[in-house]
Amino acid sequence: MIAAALFAVLAAMALVLVRALRGPTTFDRLLAANSIGNGAILVLALFGFLTDRPEFLDLGLTYALLNYVGIFAVLKFFRLGSLGAEAEADKS
Amino acid sequence: MIETSVTIVILLMLGAVTIGIVRVRGLFAAVVLLGIYSFLMATLFIVLDAVDVAMTEAAVGAGVSTVFFLGALYLTDTVEAPPVHGQFMPLVVALVTAGALVWGLSDLPEFGSPNQPIHQQGADYLARSMTDTGIPNVVTSVLASYRGFDTLGETTVVFTAGIGVLVLLRRRRNGKEGS
Repeated sequence: MIAAALFAVLAAMALVLVRALRGPTTFDRLLAANSIGNGAILVLALFGFLTDRPEFLDLGLTYALLNYVGIFAVLKFFRLGSLGAEAEADKS
Repeated sequence: MIETSVTIVILLMLGAVTIGIVRVRGLFAAVVLLGIYSFLMATLFIVLDAVDVAMTEAAVGAGVSTVFFLGALYLTDTVEAPPVHGQFMPLVVALVTAGALVWGLSDLPEFGSPNQPIHQQGADYLARSMTDTGIPNVVTSVLASYRGFDTLGETTVVFTAGIGVLVLLRRRRNGKEGS
């Protein structure tokens, strides 16, 4: 059962990967990258349960945080055209 | 069985992403693809039971590197310049390097074999470290005595990186004073 779910998630990741590679716009790639990060977390959790080591779930939480930071930095870059250093310099 | 097939699937995806990174021209897309590569790599490390390495790969590869690359993109340009030289020489260098690495792999002990050096020597560190080195802490004796050259190399690398960062920061400050 868990193995089937694992392969389903892997298949979903492969499909998303196609979008990341072919994606006409950058936002397609960005969304694909975020989805692949989520898929990695799911694979991590499922594989942990498959090998009877559900402690991997803690690592999944850390992955989610990292994924968030990465996407947040990218979106900020898009919105401001920089990582925000200029906006802070303007304030001071 | 499941482990092997999952490994193969992730390796195939990694190959596809690598080709994509090489082929894509927009540097921003390349940064996004590099993040995907790191997440897939971290997943592969977890399947191969190297959780600590996976943690490092996810934190450094997918997290910090993406931010650093974006900072570099902000300072430079987001479009790759057309290559000045031909692409033949870099291809040769890459092939020779890959060949050397694969050749080096053939010298590794077989995966999981009990004849590995790590299982034959060093397992009795606890018993003999005191008489060998005279250091009461076994971890210290392994780090500073049995693997002394290894530690020296690591320290050199960290030292070089620190000097590089210091030099960069120093130049930045001088430039601001000059302008």
